[in-house]
Amino acid sequence: MTLAKVLDDAAKAAQGKATKRALTGNEAVALAMRQINPDVVAAYPITPATEIVQIFSTYVADGLVNTEFVAVESEHSAMSATLGASAAGARAMTGTSSQGLALMWEMLYICAGLRLPVVMPVVNRALSAPINIHGDHSDTMGALTTGWIQIFSENSQEAYDNLIQAIRIAEHPEILLPTMVTMDGFIISHAMEVVEIQSDEDVRKFLGTYKPERTVLDIDRPITMGGLDFTDYYFEHRRSIAEPMINAKQYILEVAAEFEQKFGRKYGLFEEYKMEDADYAIVVLGSTAGTAKIAVDELRAQGVKAGMLKIRVFRPFPYEEIAEAIAKCKAVAVMDRSDGLAGRGGPVFGEVRNAICDMEKKPITVDYVYGLGGRDIDVEMIKSVYSDLQRIAATGDKALVTYLGVRD
Amino acid sequence: MGKLTEIRWHGRGGQGAKTVALLLGDAALSEGKYIQAFPEYGPERTGAPVQSFNRISDEPITLHCHVKNPDVVVVLDPTLIGPVDITAGLSPDGVVIINTNQPASELKSKLNLNGRKLYTLDASTIAVETIGRNIPNTPMLGALAKVTGILSYETLMEDTKKKLEKKFRNKPEVIEGNLKAIERAYSEVKGDE
Repeated sequence: MTLAKVLDDAAKAAQGKATKRALTGNEAVALAMRQINPDVVAAYPITPATEIVQIFSTYVADGLVNTEFVAVESEHSAMSATLGASAAGARAMTGTSSQGLALMWEMLYICAGLRLPVVMPVVNRALSAPINIHGDHSDTMGALTTGWIQIFSENSQEAYDNLIQAIRIAEHPEILLPTMVTMDGFIISHAMEVVEIQSDEDVRKFLGTYKPERTVLDIDRPITMGGLDFTDYYFEHRRSIAEPMINAKQYILEVAAEFEQKFGRKYGLFEEYKMEDADYAIVVLGSTAGTAKIAVDELRAQGVKAGMLKIRVFRPFPYEEIAEAIAKCKAVAVMDRSDGLAGRGGPVFGEVRNAICDMEKKPITVDYVYGLGGRDIDVEMIKSVYSDLQRIAATGDKALVTYLGVRD
Repeated sequence: MGKLTEIRWHGRGGQGAKTVALLLGDAALSEGKYIQAFPEYGPERTGAPVQSFNRISDEPITLHCHVKNPDVVVVLDPTLIGPVDITAGLSPDGVVIINTNQPASELKSKLNLNGRKLYTLDASTIAVETIGRNIPNTPMLGALAKVTGILSYETLMEDTKKKLEKKFRNKPEVIEGNLKAIERAYSEVKGDE
C-alpha cells in the first residue's frame, strides 16, 4: 500500500458515487474504517491483520480522519484502551488476528460485560502451536462465549459491507454489544478482488452520529461501570447481557434491510445457495463458501440436487432459521475450519446439531474438519463431500467426523 | 461463471512477481472485468522462487482456492526452469511465456510442453535498456497482453501510465521507460514456430 494509493482511494471515495475498486480484504476494511472515522483506534500489529491498522495509521497521519490513534504495546492493551475509550463515549475500534485475539481474551469478556459497542475486524488465522500465519477459524471460534456478536465474510466486499453494518448493529440501543467482523487470513486479507465502495458521504449518512445514552465521563449523570458484584447482583447483570444477544437477530436483519435499500447488496443471517430443493447440502463459513458455489453449480449441471448454506451471523447463532433451511435435506455436511478438540468434530457442527435436535424429521448430519493452517480446499474436495453425502443418504453408513485433506 | 482465465507468475523474490499480478488485476478492472490477484505466501526471501496468481473473468469470481491448472504461465526468471516445475498443472491448451535471451527452440527440450505453445521475450534486456534496471515484470506484462489478448494495448498503456504518474511524479524517465518497455514487448515477443 503506497501513499499514492491511499490518497487515490480516499479521493475516489469522496466523489459521492459508488466506485468499483481492486482492493485486498485488508485495504477494503481499512477504507471502511476511514469512512467510519472512529473517535479512537488503539491497535497492535499482527500478521495477517497488520495492514489494516498500518493503512489506517496513514489516514491518521494524512489528516483524512479525526481519529485519536493509540499505538499500544500489546493486544491486551489494545482492547483495554479501545473499551476504555468506548466507556468514555467514543466510537472506538481496533483490529487483530489469531494470537492477538487470544491475548485479548479477558478484555473481550469485559467489553461485552460493560455493554460497550466496540467494533473490531478480525482476520481469521490459525492459533499456535505450531506457529502458522495462515487462515483458519480457530481464533474467533475461541471467542464464542465472550458475548461478542460475530459476523463472517466470504470475500472483501462482504468484509467491507459487514464492517459498516457492524457499527449500526453494535450501537443499536437494543443490542449494545461489541461486534467482530471476520475474513479469512491471506485468502481474503491479502487477495485483490473487485470491491464496490460507497461514497464517504453515503456511508456516514448510513452510520449516523454515535450518541451513547450514558458514559463514564458524564459528570452530571455519574455512573459506575464494572463495579464489584458478588452473589447479590452478578447473576442479574450477566442475565441482562443474554437478553440483547437473544434479541439481536431481528435488529441485525433490520440493519441489513436498510443497507440493501441504500446500497443494493442483500444480507441475511446466512446465505442460501440453491437450497430450495437441495437433497444434499453443506453448511460453511467464510471464503470456502465461494469455492463451494462452483462445486454446487457443477453438481447441479450433472443433475445432483446440491445446495450450500453460508453462515454470516455466527453469534447469535440462527438456530431456528438454519434448522428450517436444512430441514428438507437428506444429508448435510457441516464444514469446520477449526477443530474445537471437543472429541466430536468442530464448533460449527455442535451448533448445527443443536439447531436440529428438536426436529421430528431431520437430515443426517456429518462434520468435516478442513483447511487448518490455511490448507487449501478446492472444488474437487468439496465435490467429494457431496459424493459422500449421496452415499450416506443411500446407505446410512457414515463417519460422524472426517478430517478432510489431511495426510495420515 | 463465464470464461475464466487463470494465470501463474513465476519469479524470484524482488523481481516484482506480486506487483505485476496486482498491476494486471487493476488494469483488467479498468476494462470492466472481474479479477483476483494474490501471491503465494511462504518464506519469501530475495532471490528465492516465488509465485503469484491472477484470475480474470467477465463475471464475478467466487473461487477462493489455489490456482492449480493455469491457462497461462509467465516466467520472469529463466533460471527457474529446472529447479521449479513451471509447467505443473498447465491446462492442455495453455501457453508459457518466458523471459529469456535464448531462442525458444533451445528451451523447448527442457520443458514438458506436450504441444502447448511457448513464447519468449528478452524482457531483462528490454528493462535494462528502457528502465535502466533489470525489472522484467512490466515488459512481461506487455508480452502477456499481446499473447493472450486479455488486455488491450491501449488499456495497459493508459493504466500503467496513470499508476506510475502517481508514484514517480518527479521521475518522468521511469514512466517513459516503463511505457517504452511495454511497447517493445508488444513488438518483440516471439512464438516458437
